Amino acid sequence: MSEDSLKEDLKKVGIENDPSKRSASFIMIDDQPKVSFARGVEILSTKEALKRYGWLEEFSWKLVERQEGDFDGYFIRVPRGVKVEFPVEACLYLKRIKSQNVHNIVIVEENAELNLITGCTSERLSGVHYGISEFYVKRNAKLTFTMIHNWKEENEVLPKTGIKVEENGVFINNYILLSPVRYLKSYPTAYLDRNAKAILSSVVVGFENSEIDLGSRVYLNGENSSAEIVSRSISRGGKIVARGHLIGNSENVRGHLECKGMIIKEGVIHAIPELEARNPNVDLSHEAAIGKIAEDEIFYLMTRGLSRDEAVSMLIRGFMEIDVKGLPEVLKREIDKAIELVERALI
Amino acid sequence: MDKGVMRIVNLGVEVNGKRILQNVNLYIQEGQTLALFGPNGSGKSTLLMAIAGHPNYKIYDGRIIFKGRDITDLPANERVKMGIGVSYQNPPKISGVKLRDIVKHCARIGGTEDKIEEYVKLLKMENLLDRDLNVGFSGGEVKRSELLQLLLMNPEFVMLDEPDSGVDLENVAVIGEAIKILLERDRKDRKKSGIIITHTGQILKYVDADYGVIMYKGRIACMGDPYDILKTVERFGYEECVRKCLRTL
Repeated sequence: MSEDSLKEDLKKVGIENDPSKRSASFIMIDDQPKVSFARGVEILSTKEALKRYGWLEEFSWKLVERQEGDFDGYFIRVPRGVKVEFPVEACLYLKRIKSQNVHNIVIVEENAELNLITGCTSERLSGVHYGISEFYVKRNAKLTFTMIHNWKEENEVLPKTGIKVEENGVFINNYILLSPVRYLKSYPTAYLDRNAKAILSSVVVGFENSEIDLGSRVYLNGENSSAEIVSRSISRGGKIVARGHLIGNSENVRGHLECKGMIIKEGVIHAIPELEARNPNVDLSHEAAIGKIAEDEIFYLMTRGLSRDEAVSMLIRGFMEIDVKGLPEVLKREIDKAIELVERALI
Repeated sequence: MDKGVMRIVNLGVEVNGKRILQNVNLYIQEGQTLALFGPNGSGKSTLLMAIAGHPNYKIYDGRIIFKGRDITDLPANERVKMGIGVSYQNPPKISGVKLRDIVKHCARIGGTEDKIEEYVKLLKMENLLDRDLNVGFSGGEVKRSELLQLLLMNPEFVMLDEPDSGVDLENVAVIGEAIKILLERDRKDRKKSGIIITHTGQILKYVDADYGVIMYKGRIACMGDPYDILKTVERFGYEECVRKCLRTL
């Protein structure tokens, strides 16, 4: 593959490798991690970080069950009080090896802020990607994590993500999957302390022969913690299981789960929203809906001069649009770009 | 010279296999505005949807001729290009689609990009542009949004489905003002023509119409001066009004 087409592939998942737009850039091709540049944040390969810092053992394989195998990935640490202006980007690229084992650790220290864009993509038509991620959002810190996936038809993708959000911390997660994939299973799980807040949103498209089992789970462990899970699933011949699970374990916690699905032509969407209260003073709710594009809406837009295809495209676009409060403009643009690329493939 | 812009000839329309309109004939000339009255369920909106080209409104009989061309089988967006514009009584709420994007599109269609600001101000829509289309809009806001879109599309033939229903007095005045511009009612040399559906006739206090028609049980039952018709309906109700009409025919 030429340099140019690699660059194109990376752009599709939000990877710019441009110091004027990013604070740091990391890429791992197969099992070879590399940091291109970094400022304001510390970024190392996980293996190297574990060698350098004895204390990191306390954070390794703690939020996700330990797995056998040789893992490497990115370690990112934002020092206390540092608010990183430009996003940090990290790319995991499956090129030649059959199976890529990734282990990432991110620590955003007290009062710090980080926007992290992760793009995962593959040159191989087949291959398995195991991605373990452990995120620690310390007191009053904020992490916005945006992951854009662009796999190939025969890839199997099995990420596991655990997030710990301490008092007053904020975690925002955006997951975008807009390409065909053989099989993807992921169920990121967040654990919230007092007053912590998490918003997990996902936009997923299931093409023919794709099987996607995706959810978000939040344990509301601390008083006054709150969570919102928003998911949009579009099936265009694929099978999608859209899960969501809110667990209210403490006083005055709030959680809302919104799960919407749309089937274009054919496919399967199975929505499984779950609410679990273990304290009388919780406020948990959910709404789930699956449908097709409304003919009246298409017609309405056609009477505004749009062709049928343009109208359908605008409606699909609108369906995928989720307003994430507190999402930085630069990330919103990345997501919009990714959605634009898939629009045409859907009609 | 024939100044007929819209000719509806023996039109029959069915929805979900049920015949709603039978043998409807209308002839509207350049510069003319028709007020379409009738009780709920009489088929007024069906007629507008059929003229606009909604695929669920099947034309089983007759033809629609616009500017001399048979448009009976033309898709809705092609009719828009020819100059037909419609505003809805109850337009859909569309999440994720911003009013601003639709407005921009309408202005492009109508070549009115330079008018956006003026019309947005006229219809007091400044605070609604970045909202999802009709989601959480009040009754008056929905109607004002519809008229803003139509003004920008600048159609030659305007169809308005109950622009005054569920709207308070203050809003009716604003809407009336917009319709006057839309139909060039203040201009002697006006070219624009259209149909206004009104159940209550309230809007006719702000915009005049050239003649009125009552639709009754899917047929055109009465034709005449819109204000006479309105007065008769107000006094006697639709049924009696139609009976009086038929007697005088």
